[in-house]
Amino acid sequence: MEIPKSFLGYKRENGRAGTRNHVIILPVDDISNACAEAVANNIKGTIALPHSYGRLQFGADLELHFRTMIGTAKNPNVAAAIIIGIEPKWTKRIVDEVAKTGKPVEGFSIEGAGDIETIMKASKKAQEFSMWASEKQREECPISDLWISVKCGESDTTSGLASNPTVGNLMDKLEPLGVHLCFGETSELTGAETVCEKRGKTPEAQEKFKKTWNEYNDFILKEATDDLSESQPTAGNIAGGLTTIEEKAFGNFQKIGSRQFVDVLTPAEEPQKGPGLYFMDTSSAAAECVTLQAAGGFNIHLFPTGQGNIIGNPIEPVVKLTANPLTAVKMSEHIDCDVSKILSREMNLDEAGDELIKATLRAANGRLTCAEALGHREFVMTKLYRSA
Amino acid sequence: MSTDIIIHDEKDNVGVVVIEKITPKQDCSCWVMENDKTVSIQSADEIPLGHKIAMTDLNEGDTIIKYGHDIGKVVKSIKKGEHVHVHNVKTKKW
Repeated sequence: MEIPKSFLGYKRENGRAGTRNHVIILPVDDISNACAEAVANNIKGTIALPHSYGRLQFGADLELHFRTMIGTAKNPNVAAAIIIGIEPKWTKRIVDEVAKTGKPVEGFSIEGAGDIETIMKASKKAQEFSMWASEKQREECPISDLWISVKCGESDTTSGLASNPTVGNLMDKLEPLGVHLCFGETSELTGAETVCEKRGKTPEAQEKFKKTWNEYNDFILKEATDDLSESQPTAGNIAGGLTTIEEKAFGNFQKIGSRQFVDVLTPAEEPQKGPGLYFMDTSSAAAECVTLQAAGGFNIHLFPTGQGNIIGNPIEPVVKLTANPLTAVKMSEHIDCDVSKILSREMNLDEAGDELIKATLRAANGRLTCAEALGHREFVMTKLYRSA
Repeated sequence: MSTDIIIHDEKDNVGVVVIEKITPKQDCSCWVMENDKTVSIQSADEIPLGHKIAMTDLNEGDTIIKYGHDIGKVVKSIKKGEHVHVHNVKTKKW
């Protein structure tokens, strides 16, 4: 198949392109959720992103919170953003960073004004942003404007056999066209960590990966009671035939095809070394991982599943694929791309990769993903440790 | 003949069932992805879709090889054709 060289996206002020045109109402902290949700309820064409944290965090955990907030609002799938926090200082810190992209952004703080006055002021601005964004048109963008993140979930052995290698096939075909790619799931590479390390393009990238994995593994060994029973692999993984974390890891690893990664990113960090594949240090929990990747600037997500994970994200469309023929039938409303014919050998990997490219481009061009149509908007902050 | 079991790598000592299930004493056709060869095996157990079958006799302490790599250790001996899973294989990590 000849791969299309372009897609229809929304061109942004900073040169990036979005696959979506969201106006977000982003609460800085948990107690501002009510305000943000009220504004999104008032003004059509906006979406609130409530979450559970943002108060009394400190150190690296607070920095990660800001990186996630700022990165989410900077994402090119976001046309404009309203930021609402309890205090002005942290709200302003986010607004100032997002403003550097050139997109419309405005902050509101609740202290001293109360919910109702804040909702009124923020709603007026949100209406202006929503109507402004509604005039934006999709334009032809080079395929290199796609920043594709990947993460698998509710994996089973069909993931490692077929759906993850299908993503790998897509990576092998699209990376030469200049796209950005990202995989993560630090803990789920356990067992394949030395094989993965060797995929670093430079000694620095390899060293960075080794350090990142070791730190995660030390943390797991410190916190785990005896093993990660029922977490790695999960009960769903085991029902699907996966026996050990090593088996899961080698299956997981198939997602990067034969690619090498250029750099290792901290959670929610934006890539700085140009096109190519990046590894991001993330949890393997689906919603946490995708939230971090979206905050890193990725504008479309590929999600292979075996037993049927149902995750979505509020700003980054999640395209789901499965090779499990039972899941493809029983959970069809969640599956954007069915590659189960690989198992019956009626479809080869090359054909499956092409099908996935088509499904990805349709979603990039604006077709709602299953998760979007079903209203999945999982926005989950990663927290490193307890608040003060 | 249709494929009942897929084996990733020639070196693997387990295969994955890719039909809804295989039943005891079923003669199964196995496709080896790495070299495109076909081998056959008779199953000893009922094994559902996605679960593994032992391609050879395995003793306690042996290593399970899949994708050509070490994916865990045998903790209870397994006969060729039997179901390989959490009851007889454990991680070497954690």
